[in-house]
Parts: sequence; structure tokens; C-alpha cells
Amino acid sequence: MTTHSLIQLALRSASVGYVALLILFPLTAIVHQSLVGGLDHFTQDISSPQAASALILTLEAAFITTVINALFGTLSAIVLVRYEFPCRWFLNALVDLPFAIPTLVTGLMIAAIYGPTTILGTWLHQSGISVLYDKPGIVLAMLFVTMPFTIRSLQPVLMELERDQEEAAFSLGASPWTTFWKVTVPSVLPGLLTGVFLTFVRALGEFGSIVIVAGNIPMKTQVASVYVYGEIESYNPQGATSVSVFILLISFLVLILLERLTRQPGERMPLWLRWPKRPLSMIHPSEIGSQP
Amino acid sequence: MIRRLFIGSVWLYFALLLVGPILYLAVHSFDEGIAAFWNEVTRPDALHGFLLTIEITAIVLVLNLIFGTITALVLVRQHFIGRTILSGVIDLPFSVSPVIAGFMLILLFGPETILGTFFGTLGVKVLFAMPAMVLATLFATFPFVVRELTPLLQTIGTDAEEAARTLGANEWQVFLKVTLPMLRWGFVYGATLTVARAIGEFGAVLVVSGNILLVTQTATLHIYQSYVDFNYVGANAVALQDAQQDRLAIREA
Amino acid sequence: MKIEVRGLRKQFGSVQAVSDVSFEVKEGELLGLLGPSGSGKTTVLRLIAGLETPSGGDIYIDGKRVNDLSVQDRNIGFVFQHYALFKHLTVFENIAFGLKIKKWQPADITQRVAELLQLMSLDSLEHRYPHQLSGGQRQRVAIARSLAPRPSVLLLDEPFGAVDAKVRQELREWLIRLHDRLNVTSLFVTHDQEEAMEVSGRIIVFSKGKLEQIGSPAEVYEEPATEFVARFIGAMNILEGTVLNGVVKIGSLEFPAPTIPDQVQLQVGFRPYYVKISEEPTRYRQTATLRHIYFLGVAYRLEIETAEGLILRSRMNKEEFRQYRFEVGQPVSFAVTQFRFLPQEGISFPSSALPQLLDAGPLTP
Repeated sequence: MTTHSLIQLALRSASVGYVALLILFPLTAIVHQSLVGGLDHFTQDISSPQAASALILTLEAAFITTVINALFGTLSAIVLVRYEFPCRWFLNALVDLPFAIPTLVTGLMIAAIYGPTTILGTWLHQSGISVLYDKPGIVLAMLFVTMPFTIRSLQPVLMELERDQEEAAFSLGASPWTTFWKVTVPSVLPGLLTGVFLTFVRALGEFGSIVIVAGNIPMKTQVASVYVYGEIESYNPQGATSVSVFILLISFLVLILLERLTRQPGERMPLWLRWPKRPLSMIHPSEIGSQP
Repeated sequence: MIRRLFIGSVWLYFALLLVGPILYLAVHSFDEGIAAFWNEVTRPDALHGFLLTIEITAIVLVLNLIFGTITALVLVRQHFIGRTILSGVIDLPFSVSPVIAGFMLILLFGPETILGTFFGTLGVKVLFAMPAMVLATLFATFPFVVRELTPLLQTIGTDAEEAARTLGANEWQVFLKVTLPMLRWGFVYGATLTVARAIGEFGAVLVVSGNILLVTQTATLHIYQSYVDFNYVGANAVALQDAQQDRLAIREA
Repeated sequence: MKIEVRGLRKQFGSVQAVSDVSFEVKEGELLGLLGPSGSGKTTVLRLIAGLETPSGGDIYIDGKRVNDLSVQDRNIGFVFQHYALFKHLTVFENIAFGLKIKKWQPADITQRVAELLQLMSLDSLEHRYPHQLSGGQRQRVAIARSLAPRPSVLLLDEPFGAVDAKVRQELREWLIRLHDRLNVTSLFVTHDQEEAMEVSGRIIVFSKGKLEQIGSPAEVYEEPATEFVARFIGAMNILEGTVLNGVVKIGSLEFPAPTIPDQVQLQVGFRPYYVKISEEPTRYRQTATLRHIYFLGVAYRLEIETAEGLILRSRMNKEEFRQYRFEVGQPVSFAVTQFRFLPQEGISFPSSALPQLLDAGPLTP
């Protein structure tokens, strides 16, 4: 018994120590740095024209991305779960690609396809639509890297949402429309919110793809993460800290809000357990074995 | 009718957003012929980048597997004060921008800080060198293994482990012969995601590495440099290779 | 090898899961631990196995105190409710697991596993994985695995809980035959009273962490020691009344209780087949209305309601039932031919009253 609890204690210390070293220490460093500067510096830094415009651009693009991905992600999840059609498995497998492709490569792909030398690029240019080095390019990059979030958050919930609940509603006389709003939506809402909020947070921090497609023109196409990078490169840690802390604050607030919104009564499920998971269809049967 | 419309729009969405760009990049890389592609990939700086990436990925994978397993076991099997905080902290790397993650390391190990001075007197170079690049990659990839193992550990419970104990297995034998094999798919998926992310990690590594040619320039950084230098063929060829490594890792899973 | 448990206690936080339990499993016996879920019976089993540490009391296996022995060293076989098979191993490897741990020679392992496969009628399944087996097959693999290292005692936790009704019946009969053949001291936990009665030589009835009664299936059924046992095992009519002048009067029913002092509140219990019913209104002394007739396959259950609103259940076999022409709603006469007073918590009878309590005679019509 004592050796057992000793092992437990050792494992716990190892885990907590490692996590503290890896994640908490760096966070403390940036919080410390921002405290050194003080609140005045902070507001001054983030309200400087260049920082403010970068922050506004980032929030705006992240918001547009979130809306588009929420709509098409929901549609995709429903189609992938509810409909049988040829090559469904193929689409399902494609969903995870953005997680697998380096963000920088994502940027290169978008730059290549919409670049001035391609047919598409030339045509868009002639039509007066600018994608690359402009907002649409930024949104496109954000869309690509955040695509799996909504779909993968919704898929498991949709699969678990038993058809009988909807059928029960039908049997009680509810119309398909009423059933959708009163039965389907409330039960998948936590999943949807998770996907949407995570999309937003991820889009806020995106760097690799945007640095390629945005052109990074200060006051025009420079997003917050690229601004922070620029400040680091030009040895201005204070400016980098303020904008970083601002972005971190928004991210954490969004996550805390998500936690509040999606907490089921009587349930204390840590957020990371609700991150998008592989749908059950992708789990090998021997992983869990078939339960009786 | 609605069904067709739905399926159609999902195909279109996937095609425009995912399939198109990937195919385009694949085709575009060979614009100037296979030979040019090969030349770009085998240039010494590109090769050095690949090796560096593989090295970092290997170190990160080993550390993540060990500590990820321990952390998942602790989170699922032990109840202690601060467990919720621990699980919350593990969540953080997902929501921190890579550039900010790298920047935090710079602030932590910079020459004026306690840690920076400490390592400086020891003669260990952390920033703009391997240690910081490994740390940055670890930061970005730590949650993957934990996140794959935790739900699995919860599903399998402790029955099989207890059964092994009743059959005479000691704790170490239980872990090696029962716990580890039952988690093997979690390891495969967790490792795959870790490798994919480690190969592709860019923002954080860019900030802490200094991006020094032939020293701290990883494959991904090499792509970036090539692009910045307007060397399109070079950038695309290495990018394709990079993406393929990732996809291979995923297919093996 | 016998198992003995003395004053066993287990506390989980503020919950007393097992309180002061003592019993003995005789050598070669098949004993059933019966109780509703949450009654602590599984905890008792896990304490004996060494999977839990007791808060107090002693456990002896074959006369040796094993409290300080780890689960690995107790040499027990444990069969888990949900099989707990190693999903990454084949049937063969599952059964061989304990033997490999105990460092048997490969040839001996092969022979022992083959022996068990045959005994469990699992031949030809040895290369399958658990998820390729049916529920009944999995359960037999689980039992084979636990028996392989020749344990001194076998402990089974709800062994048939997870399989469907038909397979459960087959497995029960199979377990009885297996036990007859191997004669290994076995203790099994179940919440199914029918299963406990059918399979075990003796039954221990558990409730809320306490031992209620130990006895043969017949003893436990015919002479329930407590109200809980009476209610839990088989169907029983239970009425409550107060003693007055040596008689408990409940509605128009009278139950003689000559040795019990006045004002004591008592529970009277009688099995449904001690309630005789006739359609002739004057055949028995009591009258009631027939409310329901249930067909149970081998027998009929009838529900009657007295003028005071007491609902009683009666049971008769088909032959008996055919002698009457019962119709729901008709008046009937009835009598209770045997009854007993149920011992109750918090009420102690003078010891002289006990013989009377335990053998209350038939009540004449």
C-alpha cells in the first residue's frame, strides 16, 4: 500500500512538474513582463495606431472566419453523419488534413493558387477582386486551418443524438421544423459552441499561413501575431508583450465563457476532454472492444 | 432535392478549401521538372533542414510519450487537489498563438533573466539553439498524447489491470503487459498528431531559433526563407515533401 | 481450501460499505452471496481477493490469515462482472497469462491451456480475440483464465450478469457441472435470487453492508430470518398489526400470538401459495373480491382485495386452477393456511417467545 502511494506521488509530481516547467513558467514570464511595464504602458502599446489596426483586423477576420466555418461546418457535419453517399469516407478523412498540413504550407498553397501568375489569380485581378495580400486571403488562411474544429466537435454529438429523440418529438405531433429547433439544436448546441469558440481562438493566434498570404502591410494587412513577430524582430519586447497579453486575455476569456456556456448541470468535465475527438467510426474496434 | 443540395455544397466547400490548393501545390512543384524538384530538395541547406526537423521531432516525440502517458494516468486515475487546474493548464497550449509561445520562451530565457543568466554561466545556449526549439515544439505538441490517452483510459477502466493482479502480475508487469498494450491505438494517434505538428511547427520555432542558415533552420523555416527570397520552386518542393511526411505519418496510423 | 471471514469491515469515506461480517465458505462448497445492488456483496468479494484493503476484521484462506498478503500472492481466481478480458490478447494468450506470470514451462502452458479449452468447450476458438466472441464464450474464457493457475479458491462477481436470459440459464447449469467436476471452493456474487437458489449449496443474504442470513436455499426461503430476507427472496404477503390479547388482528384476519405481550407491533408474512381461494362464498371464513388473474406459465397468480382494502396475492398450479371457474370481479372466500411473524429491527422478543415465532402453526379456517 505504501509503495503504491509512493509510486502515485512520484507520478503526480513528475506530471505536475513537467507541466509547470513547460507551460506555466513561460506564461509567468510574459505576465511578469507585462506587469513590469504597468497598465499605462499596456494601454499605450495596444492603442498605438499600428497595434490597434492589427488587433482590429485580427478580430474582424477571426469573426468572419468563425461565422463561415460555423455555417459550413454544421452543414458538413450533418451531411457526413446523416447521409449515405459515395466517397463519404473520403470526405471524412479529408477533414483532418488541415491538422496535418503545416500552417506555412497552407499559406504557400493559397499564395500559389491565388498568386498573380495563375489563371485564377489573373482572372480575379482583372475582375478587381484582390485575395492575396488582402483581407480575403487572411480569411481564407484562417478558414483552412480552423476547418476541422466545428465539424469534429459536432460529429460525435450528432452521432450520439439518438434518432429516437427526434422520432419521439414527431410522435408527439411536432413538425420537423419545431423538432429541429426544440430537440436537435438544444442537444447539439454544446458541441457547436465548442467548435465555434475554438475556431475563433485558433484564428486569433494563426501566424504561419497568414505571414505568407497577408503581405503584412502595416495598418492594412498586418494581423496581431505578425505584429508581435515584427516587434520581437525589432527588439521591442514591451510592445510585443502588450499585444500578446491582449490576445491571450481574449482567448482565455472566450474559453472561460465556453466553459460556462457548455457546462451541463451537475457535470464537471474539463474543457480539454471536449476538444474535437475522432468520430467513433475512425476508432479501431480493438481499441475498446465491443462492449456487451 | 435538399439532400443533393446539401451533399453538393459540402463537396464544393471541401473542393474549394482543401482539395484545390493541395492539388495545385502538388502539380505546381513539378513545373520546372522532376530534376529541378530533386535539386531543390537535396540542396545542402534543405537537407540540413530536414535533418534538424527529424532530430527535434524525435526528441519531442519521446518526451511527449513519456510525460503524456504519466499525465494522462495521473489525470484519470488519481484524485487530488489541483487536478482541475492541471487539466486546465494542459488545455492552454492550444489557445496560445505560436508566436506568443515562442516569445514567452524568449522572455523566460533571455540574457537578463534569472534562467538566462543561470544557463549562460553554465555555458548552455538555450535561445537561438536546439534547447529552445525543442521547448517551443514541446509546448505546442504536449496536449496531443494526453488528449488521446485520457478518454481511452476512462473507457477501458481498471478491470483488466485488476484481473492481471489476481493472476499474480506485479505493478510493473501490469503496466507493461496490460495497460500499455491496451492504450496502443491512443499512442499511435497521439504520436501521429505530435509528429505532424512537430514537423509543421513554424511560428514558435521561428521566433526562438533565430532562423540561422545551416544551424537552426528547420525544413519549415527553410521553406519560409525560400519564399521570402522569392525562390518559389524551392519553397514549394520542400513544402510538398514536408506535407508528405505528415501524410505518411497519418497513413501509418 | 476454505475461506473464513471474521468481523470484516470496509469504509469508503463516510460510507460503511461492509459492517462486521463473519462467515465461512467450506472446502469445495459453492456459496452464493445474494443481495440487491449496493448491498456491499461485491466489496466483500474484492476484500477477500485483496483488491480492497479492509478497514477491520480478518480474512483467512485455508486457515492462513491473508490480510497482509497482496492480491498477487493470495492465489485466488477472480472472475469479473464484465469479464475484464485482455482485449489485445487472443483466447489462448488470455488463459495463458497467469501461467506466464508464474513462469510455467511453455510445454506445460500449452498443455494446461488445451485442457481448459476443452473443459470449457472453447476448442477451436483459441486464436480469436475477445471482441470476436459471444457473451457466453467470453464469460467461459474469463473463468478458464482464472482457473488456469490452479487457484485455491474461485471468486465470481455477478458471473452471468452481462449475458442475456437464455445464455444465463445455460451458463448456470454449466457452472454447476463445472463445480461438481473441479470441486474448487467457490464464492459467487449475484443480485438474482433465482440464480442464487439454483446454483449455490448455501446462500448468504446481504443488505446494506450487513449479513442478514446464511443457509441452504430451502432454509432461506422457508424460514427467512429477517423482514428483508422475507421480502427479497420470493414473493410474500406482508401485513402489519398490533398484538392485543394474544392475537394480531388485521382487518378481519386474525393471527394468534399467544406468547407475545400486548401492544407489540408485528409483521405477519405468508407466501402466496398459503392463501387458499374458492369461488364458493362459504368455503373459507374470509371474503374478498378477485381483482386480477395472472398467467405465469407453470402457475397462476391471483390478486384479491378484502373489504378493508387489503390486497393479497395467491398462487395455484394449473390443475388446481382448472377446478374453479374464476372470473375477475367476482366475490371469493379465502383463508391463510400458514404464516409467520417476521423478526424486525429494533424489536426484541422475549426469548421464550422465539419458538412460537419461528414455527407458527396453521390457522384453521
